Amino acid sequence: MRVIGKRVRRIDAIEKAFGKAKFTNDLSFPRMLHAAVVYPGVAHGVLRSLDVSEALKAPGVVAIATYKNVPNNEMGIVTKDMHVLVPVGGKIRFEADPIAIIAAETREAAEEATSLVNFDVEELQPVLTIDEALRDDPIVNGERNVAFQRKIRRGDIEKGFQESDLILEMDFETGYQEHAYLEPQSIIALWDGDNLTIYGSMQCPFYVHNDVAEVLKLPLNRVTVIQMETGGGFGGKEDVPSYIAVKAALLSYLTKRPVKLVYNRDMDFRETSKRHPSKSHYKVGFTKDGKIKAVKAAVYLDMGAYSTLTPIVMYRSLTHAASAYDVENIFVDVYGVYTNKVPTGAFRGFGSPQVLFAMERVMDEAAKRLGMDPWEIRYKNALEIGKATATGHVLEESVGAKETLEIVREISDYERLKEEVRKFNEGNKYKKRGLGWAHTIYGVSLGAAGQPLDASSGEVHVKMDGTVLVMIGGTEMGQGAKTVMALIVSEILGVDVDNVRVMQPNTSIVQDSGPTVASRTTVFSGNAIRIAAERIRDNIIEYLKSKGVEDIKIENGYWIADGKEIPFSEIAREANAANVKLAEMGWFSTPKLNFDFETGTGEAYVSYTFSTQLSLVEVDLLTGKVELKEAWVSHDIGKVLNPVGAEGQVEGGVVQGMGYAISEEIKHDENGRMLTTNFNNYIVPTIRDIPRVHVKFAESPFSKGPFGAKGLGEPSLMSSPPSIANAVTDALGILINRLPITPEEVLLKL
Amino acid sequence: MIAIKISFKLNGKWVEADVEPYKRALDFLRDDMGMTSVKEGCSEGECGACTIIVNGRNVHSCLMLAVELDGKDVWTLEGIIESGETYISEAYADVGAVQCGFCTPGFIVSTKVLLDENPNPKEEDIKKALEGNICRCTGYARIIEAVKEAARRKRGDAS
Repeated sequence: MRVIGKRVRRIDAIEKAFGKAKFTNDLSFPRMLHAAVVYPGVAHGVLRSLDVSEALKAPGVVAIATYKNVPNNEMGIVTKDMHVLVPVGGKIRFEADPIAIIAAETREAAEEATSLVNFDVEELQPVLTIDEALRDDPIVNGERNVAFQRKIRRGDIEKGFQESDLILEMDFETGYQEHAYLEPQSIIALWDGDNLTIYGSMQCPFYVHNDVAEVLKLPLNRVTVIQMETGGGFGGKEDVPSYIAVKAALLSYLTKRPVKLVYNRDMDFRETSKRHPSKSHYKVGFTKDGKIKAVKAAVYLDMGAYSTLTPIVMYRSLTHAASAYDVENIFVDVYGVYTNKVPTGAFRGFGSPQVLFAMERVMDEAAKRLGMDPWEIRYKNALEIGKATATGHVLEESVGAKETLEIVREISDYERLKEEVRKFNEGNKYKKRGLGWAHTIYGVSLGAAGQPLDASSGEVHVKMDGTVLVMIGGTEMGQGAKTVMALIVSEILGVDVDNVRVMQPNTSIVQDSGPTVASRTTVFSGNAIRIAAERIRDNIIEYLKSKGVEDIKIENGYWIADGKEIPFSEIAREANAANVKLAEMGWFSTPKLNFDFETGTGEAYVSYTFSTQLSLVEVDLLTGKVELKEAWVSHDIGKVLNPVGAEGQVEGGVVQGMGYAISEEIKHDENGRMLTTNFNNYIVPTIRDIPRVHVKFAESPFSKGPFGAKGLGEPSLMSSPPSIANAVTDALGILINRLPITPEEVLLKL
Repeated sequence: MIAIKISFKLNGKWVEADVEPYKRALDFLRDDMGMTSVKEGCSEGECGACTIIVNGRNVHSCLMLAVELDGKDVWTLEGIIESGETYISEAYADVGAVQCGFCTPGFIVSTKVLLDENPNPKEEDIKKALEGNICRCTGYARIIEAVKEAARRKRGDAS
């Protein structure tokens, strides 16, 4: 291999590190207006009146849109349960449920005018917790607050418990997590009377494309969405940019002028999605030698005021509820519950961190009761080829689960580490250390619940100077997608990585490729690009053969013709002059998955990644502060295409998972207004808080992945929260069954 | 409202401008001077994406008024690169310290201030110098590595 698996520099690194990369807010257009959003500031109520006349008179204000101006005011990915703008007589379901949007000559003018919009709200009692919601009084949205349910019914759960020697019942709770991408939501919309162009920060240009066209009732071939450089997503720019884009697009549509809508951090916290808070009850049966016999779980997800992506998030909670283990008897219920708070949705892990935390805590408690080492009980139940996942998907290839457990045990020098921790704790009265394991699974791509979206397109164009242009539908948001695409093209075509440029996705150039979520871009966009590049390679080979070259090969990424190395630029120039087809499109979709939604059983995903983490924490008994000192991590992500990028993903994932586990907490007041709306009181990890992270991959190749790769974007986070919770439990000898483990929480428990 | 005339050195060159008294240095530099490497992440001096150098110190430009720049020596990443001082940016790119890139200019600006004062920083010095900058992608390990690598390059050590 020339570049695959080698340590290379990201193709977009210099542009970004030189300050040249263009994010949405860096763009400006002549006659551009700036937009602001009017919020009710009330969590639950009925909008009784709305008067924008005074605001319209404010200096600089050009247009104000209310529900009356929206061509199609119904929105929602799975169910149409939300409005673009709340109508008079309609319900306000959370404090930042937009009621009007303002376009003005300057951002200041637009923001000032928001306070001049007059409205009356008949307030209703807000529903603020899962427990309150379960009473169904009042109803937040639709017919019932518990609006969605998904289930697994597999094996014989009662028989499983009868055959168990130890049955554990435990309750768990997890809080919100805010994505805190550094670049807030940003969109610019340009309507010229015939065509609409959207520039924005987003993960899923095709979602924005469909949603904007639907709201404005425009044909899709008149709408173009271009993703700009995107300053982090983590799921927070999956569906949310659609809600931002329809606002900017509506104002542009009404004014025929370009409109920029850039959220400030306060708006971004209050209005845009978060990780779902959860409550769950687990009942798990084990034999006395540690084999899991039965898993029964009921999981409640707080989806906030609107369902948005929750029904799909619930699919992941369901399929990951038994973590990475071989269990025959499973009975799981996952419920989506409306409350009068910000709608929750996609966040790296997508409903799995909540249940993986719970199940991994159960595993540790079981090990303790059975006198087993927590590593051993995981190894004993780990998946391997021929065994079935929680949904009964029998694994046929690419199962490096046990290998990740073996690797972490080895690189951490586990036995010695345990001894060190014991000695530390003997010698310290007010500081205690602990070790915690987690072993997790992650389904690659959308799986059975998202099959209509699971196909991707990509184009490769070789220019006559030998440089290459690549167009994909997947987005770069920091995770390194562009670099992986360039590596694949470089390897197949024998071209320098530096000569490959990957364009920003444009919905008028690339066919709908589904969303950039679910750790699917390497497999889906990567395969589409692989197919396109291979076709061009074959076109060139055919041409070279036709002109008499006998022996042609690409060895380690270099062209060798009759024993002589030829630079790709020379080949490209010659092939172009000979009219060889140097532009190809690749299309990739996976074979359909068989899944029964009634019983929640079958082939849930195309493939799975497996992860193991060991965390070393130190807890200060006087302050309650938990510190993650060191983490050892191994992931089986198939073939590692870009080691530097992959290690960086894991380091970032461990730290983001640590934030979720110990410091990040969204709080509301008793009226449902959010109290934590910036980084002064929503505490994301800083450079002061980080652990030493050791990463080593297990590479169990996936035959349908490009060069054997699977995916990594999300699994990099999931092993972190449970291993930290297990480590804190180990350090203190008290049960940690709630996230985040804040100092207050620790001191209360002590 | 009456605009106020200010005169200051931006990236090595004197400039004059009329600014509204309420305008933030951040908006002035981005919108009027075209310095878009200066990013707005939180508007409250918490995230460091808008870091610039004023008289040799790194400051959050979202917490400063444009009129306060009067008479000062101001640097943004654009000027640092233009003056040929690219070694910090290259070190960030080379070791994998750049992911989404939104926080990167602020980190590089803070790194420059550190290395100008202390060409041989210890890990603790690096953490102290960069604690006002938030990165949500990398987990910071490679950023620390990048600063060490940049310091080596500045000192002329073989890397």
